[in-house]
Amino acid sequence: MHPSGRTLSWSLALTALLGVVVTVSAGIGPVWIPPDAVAKVLLNAVVLPTAVDLSGATPAVTTQPLFRFPVEDIQRQIVLQVRLPRILLGAVVGFSLAAAGTIMQGIFRNPMADPSIIGVSSGAAVGAVGFIVAPVALPFGLGLRAAAFSGALLAAFGVYLIATQNGRTPVATLLLAGVAVQTFLGAVVSFLLLQSGESIRRALFWLMGHLKGAAWSEVWTSLLLVAVPFVVLLVYARDLNVMLLGEEDAQSLGIDVERTKRILLAFSSLVTAAGVAVAGIIGFVGLIVPHVMRLVVGPDHRVLLPTAALAGSSFLVATDTLARSGSAEVPVGIVTAALGAPFFLYLLRQREVHEL
Amino acid sequence: MLEAEDVSVSLGGTQILSGVDFSAACGSVVGLVGPNGAGKTTVLRTLRATLSPDSGTVRVAGEPIDDLSSKEVSRRVASTPQATTLSFDFTVEQTVEMGRTPHLGRFERADEDDDDAVRAAMERADVAQFADRTVTSLSGGERQRVLLARALAQETPVLLLDEPTANLDVNHAVRTLELVTDLVAEGKTAVAAIHDLNLAARYCDELVVLSDGEVRAAGDPREVLTSETLGDAFDAETLVTRQPGTDAPLVTPLPDRAPIDRTVHVVGTGTQAAAAVARLVAAGSSVTVGVVPAGDAAAERARELDCPVVTVPPFAGVDSNARARATELAREADAVVVAGDVGDANQSVVAAASRLVAVAGEGVPRVESERTTVTTVESLPAAVADCSPPPRDADDPVPRSQEQQDRY
Repeated sequence: MHPSGRTLSWSLALTALLGVVVTVSAGIGPVWIPPDAVAKVLLNAVVLPTAVDLSGATPAVTTQPLFRFPVEDIQRQIVLQVRLPRILLGAVVGFSLAAAGTIMQGIFRNPMADPSIIGVSSGAAVGAVGFIVAPVALPFGLGLRAAAFSGALLAAFGVYLIATQNGRTPVATLLLAGVAVQTFLGAVVSFLLLQSGESIRRALFWLMGHLKGAAWSEVWTSLLLVAVPFVVLLVYARDLNVMLLGEEDAQSLGIDVERTKRILLAFSSLVTAAGVAVAGIIGFVGLIVPHVMRLVVGPDHRVLLPTAALAGSSFLVATDTLARSGSAEVPVGIVTAALGAPFFLYLLRQREVHEL
Repeated sequence: MLEAEDVSVSLGGTQILSGVDFSAACGSVVGLVGPNGAGKTTVLRTLRATLSPDSGTVRVAGEPIDDLSSKEVSRRVASTPQATTLSFDFTVEQTVEMGRTPHLGRFERADEDDDDAVRAAMERADVAQFADRTVTSLSGGERQRVLLARALAQETPVLLLDEPTANLDVNHAVRTLELVTDLVAEGKTAVAAIHDLNLAARYCDELVVLSDGEVRAAGDPREVLTSETLGDAFDAETLVTRQPGTDAPLVTPLPDRAPIDRTVHVVGTGTQAAAAVARLVAAGSSVTVGVVPAGDAAAERARELDCPVVTVPPFAGVDSNARARATELAREADAVVVAGDVGDANQSVVAAASRLVAVAGEGVPRVESERTTVTTVESLPAAVADCSPPPRDADDPVPRSQEQQDRY
């Protein structure tokens, strides 16, 4: 089948899976809500714009609900105001990490590559922990998220600059520069933690990665920050396939290797930063999900990138549901690693990976 | 179609190519031959604009390649790499499809024409039967044909092949090169780095011999592939005859320069005689020297190299005893070499020689005689080897001297 056909069918199947996972997840919590009730609440929330009023200072849109199922108001409140923001944020973060991981593994032609390989997560950690330890009033009312986001991008850009010479960025140099910068930033984080005193608990909680206290505004911001660069990455998926042949081959097939690398690095860093800034450092999603999906759908990035991203969404929503459904909440980063590693090892035993 | 004009390339501060100059006419196969590290791959990388030369120009169909974008280059020049990192499990068909990359716009999808090109390329490179297998599951030779198919799918007028037959069995090596010949007959131009000199001789219209980053010879294989050129480029002894059935040269490498195990008596003084002694000893001959004044360069060199030498005190004149010993050595030797200033006193020594080799240069007496060969210090061993057949073992199968080669 043509790649676009496979992309479509896989994406539809994984979107359906995500829908099921979200619906079930939204029912789980201190108050159990059956999936059919959740589904009704969700469907009721789908609105269609009916009129746009442009007379006021800001355009006002009148909307009309598409469905009017009878639902209990308390259930509607729990699903829409309490659980859904967190679930959708988890979906966006899982999407971003898995997408960025897929791209990084492709650029580096290295199975150990993950979204944070060029220092994005470490940069975010310095930004976030620094902000927690010594909160400064950032302009424009920016807070922890903004500190983490800018730390992430600064680190990635720094690594890129260090590894670039005469307009060329060899991936081996990039990899090593990334490792070195991560180590350095790790030291900075450790030092900050020593100075953190009372706030150490909050800092550690952030470092372990969690989705607690998500708000709708965060969902929309991160969705926007992930979606736009993701579209760019999709456009470059075919070029990334060719890049897997090696840079010299790719160049002889007409790919502007350095430019393509620059674009892929920039946009995947942006995607990662958007995810990490809202959720902290959640390991394993960006490493394992692309691998699993590569075993399932093959290495063609036109198919792999969207499917891995969607699978990442479902995976993180599911693991976060587990993380919050115990008697005491566990950071989701712990759950992803604890569940993801055995699952991956199982797959590895099923289908031996001879070459990558 | 493809021209390299005075191309020099250095990588990491090392000069790899210096002043490489050649051209490939439309509809011809040009073979790059030369020892490992001669710069063949670098030439190919320069021809496809992966490397830009420090000086000089590469032109494709008259256009300087530096003026073209990488996409434009890849629509004109396709290449098969020596080896590729085919990581991740792409299928053969997916890999060959990547050859269409230069023809697709960013938002464009592969259409009927692209599919046809991919199918045709797979057929021609004989990989269609593997279409759905993953490239990582193929053998080295099969992968190499997949890479050729990928290059064919690019549908370019110029094809660069880096060791296209290196991993292939004899059948597929010949089939690959026959395919290249067919493609060229259809109007393509091919430049191939080929290790196998005989395949190169048979399938290339022109050969370019590279060594140490310079073009040593270029032109028709029959003119280019000579023992001299090959000895110069590869530092190896070769025997060049004709391939049966064609008049393409057949190159047979001989074992490392066979020692010229002769006894040679050197007469003469000064640096030239000293050089002659060193050259002959290096070539494996046993050398005697005399008569020379003690302290002369030739005497010193002979002493350093443990060669028997007949000396007389400087400015003392040659006594009859010394002359007799030297004459005896000259008579026993397979050949006598005259180099530098011989001096009148040595005439009887020279006269005792059965074969005489004179090193051209100042001070050498003009010995006009049938038994005299005039040569240079550099080719002394060959001249010495020529002038008397060595006592060969009966079971020694390898012909060593030029004289014997000619008889073959």
